Amino acid sequence: MVTGYGPVERLMRLWLPVVFFLVLALFPFYWMAITSLKPNAELYNRHIMPLILHHPTLKHYIDLLTQTSFLTWTWNTMLVAVVSTAISLVLGVMLAYPLARMRFAGAGLIAMTVAAIYLVPQPLLFIPLADLINRLNLGNTLSAVILTYPTMLVPFCAWLLLGYFKTVPMELEEAARIDGASRLQTMRRIFLPLCTPGFISAGIFAFTLSQNEFLYALIFLTKSAVRTVPVGVIAELIRGDVFYWGQLMAGALLGSIPVALIYSFFVEHYVAGLTSGSVKG
Amino acid sequence: MTLRSELVFGFARPRGRVSIGIWLDSQSVFSWLMMAPPLLFLAALVGYPFCYGILLSLQDRPVAHSGTFVGLKNFITNFNDPIFWRVALNTFVYTAAATLLKMVGGLALALAMNQHFPLKNLVRALLLLPFIVPTVLSTVAWMWILDPAFSVLNWLLVALGVPKPGPSWLGNPILAMVSIIMINTWRGLPFYGITLLAGLQTVPPELYEAATIDGASGWQRFRYVTLPLLQPIILIVTLFSVIFTFADFQLVYVLTHGGPQNATQLFATYAFDIAMGAGQLGLGASVALTMLPALALLIVALTIYMRRG
Repeated sequence: MVTGYGPVERLMRLWLPVVFFLVLALFPFYWMAITSLKPNAELYNRHIMPLILHHPTLKHYIDLLTQTSFLTWTWNTMLVAVVSTAISLVLGVMLAYPLARMRFAGAGLIAMTVAAIYLVPQPLLFIPLADLINRLNLGNTLSAVILTYPTMLVPFCAWLLLGYFKTVPMELEEAARIDGASRLQTMRRIFLPLCTPGFISAGIFAFTLSQNEFLYALIFLTKSAVRTVPVGVIAELIRGDVFYWGQLMAGALLGSIPVALIYSFFVEHYVAGLTSGSVKG
Repeated sequence: MTLRSELVFGFARPRGRVSIGIWLDSQSVFSWLMMAPPLLFLAALVGYPFCYGILLSLQDRPVAHSGTFVGLKNFITNFNDPIFWRVALNTFVYTAAATLLKMVGGLALALAMNQHFPLKNLVRALLLLPFIVPTVLSTVAWMWILDPAFSVLNWLLVALGVPKPGPSWLGNPILAMVSIIMINTWRGLPFYGITLLAGLQTVPPELYEAATIDGASGWQRFRYVTLPLLQPIILIVTLFSVIFTFADFQLVYVLTHGGPQNATQLFATYAFDIAMGAGQLGLGASVALTMLPALALLIVALTIYMRRG
């Protein structure tokens, strides 16, 4: 936007604020990383300068992977995230396609309802849902969260895809219709293959939201074997008043890596989805 | 295969012999059939629980027992409960302060990033990390940063001259509130910043040039060119942020569990404690439902606004 500043002014206007925000954003991750690599003797010694690593060790990681159910939680988290993302994409398309392409009475109302449901925060629903899951005998099964995560992800995917679908030109579909394709064929063979970028955006967000989910998992999953990473870390790595900080930080870091990896591969899709103004903050 | 374009369907349909294929091909039949599974799913797992929650809030319903209808008794209990009012105040303070900080900080971040510099995309990606990493996991890191005995923040403060041992972040009621506001801001600020940055990039440079030629100062360009053009996007982001800060659960549950002495208890965590901790589903549902009027207003406003935008 503005160019032609001197070096001092550029330092003040650009580098100082950017570096400030970067340090602020990244310090907790740095702290997580070096804590997880410090031996206990170093962690709990107040006379050692804490900001750097003196004697790195992988002990906390080894303990985490061998003495806790962390790997099981990771597997559960992945399974739940992948399945609920897939369900949500399919159901989301089934909502978004008619809303984006068809003219029928009630379309406006449905679109508004979907947007409104997407904005309903979980704390409004968790108590009745807990009772419902109990009555369905789904407590302590992964099905409980696979079934409930799409309640937030379906409206979200539908809303994001609706926006994306409207940007895809209609000519190809019209041509297919004239050639005699049914509506379902047109949608599946002609339209959906054009929408891969939209699916990637919606998929990454849905995956990230599933990995981030905590409240439903906390309520529905109370046994170690079915827990997801966030609940496992909170419920089992924090033991009473004794904290195993090295292990906790190792768990927090490892638990963040899948999301961070996926995010780094698709960062442009992520930012595009984010800035289309349809993401929870 | 017959020609089935809109035209043929509309005008050349043989009367009385509407085949199933043509019927399925009508826009409204196709649409409703297609939307039926997701709509039924949402009705069963959002619509039904929502209505059931309202019913629960009117019942005395201990967990694992059947409920008895008590009318508005739960809401009256809340009304006479000093903790409930504390919770309302906390939620309001938390939402207002965190939203304001995110807005101002996010705008500053967006303005700083809206310049050309090397590795800009990398910086942008790194800045978004707090927003994408699971909240519970980053909150655990903050818990350690604010630890009573080994806080690195206090180590820094002491090094800068604050008397030992430094503030008790999570033990002091006011500082605990400051802490949750700070961490919510840390997490949400990048979302504000990157969204506003995208908004800034759509401002045509000619407008700034014209304003500069007309003698506008830097502040005036910001006040009379940038801000009015950003207004719609600021409004949308703020409504989003208010809704999800107002109903926040994770961060507070993990960091302070509502303490010390309910100083950071929010509606969501209080409802959780009553329903899941004390097993009073009805009373818990009534606490959660107290959020409904404000949330409904915000949600309707944002829904209408998103449709226009």
